[in-house]
Amino acid sequence: MIFLNAFLFSGVICMIGQVILDNTKLTPGHVTSFFTVFGAFLSFLGIYDRLIAWAGAGATVVISNFGHLLYQAGMEGFHEVGVLGLFSGLLVKSSTAIVGAVVISFVLSCIFRPKD
Amino acid sequence: MNQDEYQKLVKQFTPKERKFKNAVVSFLVGGCIGFVGQIFVTILTENYHLGMIEASSWLCLFLILFASVLTALGFFDTWVTKGKAGFIIPTTGFAHSITSAALDYKKEGLITGLGSNFFKLAGSVILYGIISAFFFAVLGVIFYG
Repeated sequence: MIFLNAFLFSGVICMIGQVILDNTKLTPGHVTSFFTVFGAFLSFLGIYDRLIAWAGAGATVVISNFGHLLYQAGMEGFHEVGVLGLFSGLLVKSSTAIVGAVVISFVLSCIFRPKD
Repeated sequence: MNQDEYQKLVKQFTPKERKFKNAVVSFLVGGCIGFVGQIFVTILTENYHLGMIEASSWLCLFLILFASVLTALGFFDTWVTKGKAGFIIPTTGFAHSITSAALDYKKEGLITGLGSNFFKLAGSVILYGIISAFFFAVLGVIFYG
C-alpha cells in the first residue's frame, strides 16, 4: 500500500508545482524554493514526519524533504548542545544531499563537455 | 463559423488543454519517481537491513547521481522539457540545476566561471531552506522547548 501512497504523494506534489509553473510567471527556482520553505513549515507543524510515515519515499524524494531535514537537524542540535546547536546542527542531515550533489556535479563537469 | 472565429476558439482551448496535459504528465513522472524510490527503499531496508533514514539517504544520493549523469550526457534537458515539474520538484531537479550550471560555466574558468556560478540555480533553495529552517527552529524552540 505504501507504494501507491508514494506514487500518489510525489505525483500530487509535482502536479501542484506544474500547475503553479503554468498559471503564474514564477520560474522553477521560485517553485523549488517555495516547496523547500513549505517543507520546513510542515516539519515545524509536525506534519512532515506523518507524511513520511504515510507516503514513505514519496515524501523523501521531493525537494520539500530538504526543508524538513534542515528543521529536524536544527531542533536535534538544539536539544543536544543548546543554542549553539541551532547553528552547528542545522546542516547535519541535509549534508548528504548537498555534498553528494556538489561532489558528483564537480567530478562530472570535469569529465564531460556541455552539449550545445 | 468563419475562419477567424475558429482560430479564436482554437486559441481559447489550446493552452488549457496543454496545461491539463502538463499537469497529468508531471503527476505521472513525479509519481513514478516516488514509486521507484519506495521500491529502492524497501529493497534496502528488507534485504540489506538498513534503517529508514540510511535508506532514504542512499536513495537521495542515487537520484542525484542519476540526474547528474543524465544531465552531463545531455539527455536530462529534453527529459525536463517533456516531464516538466515531475523532474524539477524531486531531488533530481536540484542535482540537475547544479550539474547544468557547472557544465555551462566551466569554459569561463575554474574560479570565475565554475566556482562562482556553481550554486547559481540551486543557491536559492539552499539559502531560503536554511533561512526558513533556522527561524522555524527558533520558533520551535520557543513553542515546544
